[in-house]
Amino acid sequence: MLTIRDLRVSVGPLELVHIERLDIAQGRRVGLVGESGSGKSITAMSIAGLQPREARLAGSVRFEDRELVGLSDAAMAKVRGARIGFIPQDPTRALNPTTRVGPQVAEALRLNTDLGGAAIRARVLELFAQVRLPEPEVLYQRYPHQISGGQQQRVLIAMAIAARPQLLIADEPTTALDVTVQNEILRLILDLSRAQRMALLFVSHELGVVRAVCDDIGVIYGGRMVELASAGALAETPRHRYTAALIGANPGLPGGDEIAAMTGRRFAVIEGSVPAAGRFPAGCRFRNRCRHATAACAEDPPITPQGGNGWVKCWHPVGTEAGR
Amino acid sequence: MTALVEVGGLHFRYGSSRRGTGQDWTLADISLALPARGTLGIVGESGSGKSTLIRLMCGLLRPDRGALSFDGRPVTDWLATDRRAFLARNQIVFQNPRRSLDPRMTVARALAEPVRSLESRQPTDAELAASLARVGLQAEVLGRYPHQLSGGQLQRVAIARALSVRPAVLYADEPTSALDVSVQAQVLNLLMDLREDLGLALVMVTHNLAVVARLTEHVIVLHRGRVVEAGPTHRVLGSPENPYTAALVAAAADVSLARAGWDEAEERR
Repeated sequence: MLTIRDLRVSVGPLELVHIERLDIAQGRRVGLVGESGSGKSITAMSIAGLQPREARLAGSVRFEDRELVGLSDAAMAKVRGARIGFIPQDPTRALNPTTRVGPQVAEALRLNTDLGGAAIRARVLELFAQVRLPEPEVLYQRYPHQISGGQQQRVLIAMAIAARPQLLIADEPTTALDVTVQNEILRLILDLSRAQRMALLFVSHELGVVRAVCDDIGVIYGGRMVELASAGALAETPRHRYTAALIGANPGLPGGDEIAAMTGRRFAVIEGSVPAAGRFPAGCRFRNRCRHATAACAEDPPITPQGGNGWVKCWHPVGTEAGR
Repeated sequence: MTALVEVGGLHFRYGSSRRGTGQDWTLADISLALPARGTLGIVGESGSGKSTLIRLMCGLLRPDRGALSFDGRPVTDWLATDRRAFLARNQIVFQNPRRSLDPRMTVARALAEPVRSLESRQPTDAELAASLARVGLQAEVLGRYPHQLSGGQLQRVAIARALSVRPAVLYADEPTSALDVSVQAQVLNLLMDLREDLGLALVMVTHNLAVVARLTEHVIVLHRGRVVEAGPTHRVLGSPENPYTAALVAAAADVSLARAGWDEAEERR
């Protein structure tokens, strides 16, 4: 349903992102994990046609047999409203503070569906119930500042799914929320995707969050996707050296009795820091921080197929002998 | 043994000149004790009052009610008569070094500033270089400005700066949450090493329970300005007694574990 081939996003002479391939089938949930500066957000926004004005897109993004790269702003806005829903990172900035939340969702319906008048209001209330907002009638009349951050994000999710899109793109939708609220929102997104057979592209810097929602996970570093695998395989048996190092450096909280053994234990470290855009080494982008890098890594690594539809872009993936 | 820092029945609210009903405290009835060289984690969600609590403990805010003492003396007393000595011995590292370091100051000036204001002397170049070496930075960084350094390097500078006046307690307010994920571990390991080498007490505010588990021996859990649970870290996180703590632990253990429960519910449908 969504097929990306060699999508390049650049600003001036600087290429920020080059996604060689990414496919999302109908109803499939794909996560994109990366650090700040990895290009994950700009990738998500470019697919939704929300990239910054100065960014140039090249390559191919095919969605429902239509090429999105090169589409006019107006045509893209139509696709986005009706067929692609977008959930932004910070709900407080995405809602209009001077307008009640019900009418804001109604406006999205007026623009992107054939509904009119009373039918729109009824559909907004139905959507509010669907995103599990309490007392939809009361919420309809509230201003954004009168509801909690979690409720604001539910309103934005209602807006994103209002026209029953085939693809939902979520850019760090829970980063601004507390952990207990975060889990409710993740659950909601997962349930909606399942119930409506809606495909999902979910962007986050937290592997645990993506794992909770997605079937497949792609890892992005320095503007390149370095690995794609099923959610379980990626977390349990990462193949790319960057994925493995990232998981090692950010261990989760172990259960029960094991916690006592954690006291004073050091964290596994990735040396160096993420270079600024344009300062990544040629070849493998991670090689200047990788303990397993060899001279071969100065060449762009090939994409090697793994189990299922997974692949890894590394000269010396985990489990191979070369590279120490 | 007396504690280095003692807090008893502490209450605080912002803009507290107007006494309210007692319902609207930012922090209410907080008690804790921190021994010299002790480690304490303070956890809770945003708005729980955890950052406010350490600002009170290191003298940046004044409590409205309750006792707060350092080294056996009330903090109000310290601030009235030995303010500079108190501030030198209680240093804080903030979440975002890009905001806590002055963008117009070179690293050398930023590093020297606490020594100048709290010890009334200009540190030597050798001292500054040694202070950077301790946090794993080269002396060549001294001439740079904040925008020329990475987030991880800046947080190292902020730590070196806090340590330059030889504190007894280092307070850290989410010291790694503004850093790249791949850099966080470096800074956490550094904090662990420094604490041990210098015999510091460490008070760490964080939302990351895996960090608390490794860096602190004791933990308090704040919820809406009150302590809902306190004790040895392994006990509180390993077998929480308070339902709020249990919810935090469940959410943090690994969000993906929640998926198992959701999938079961899906199958039953």
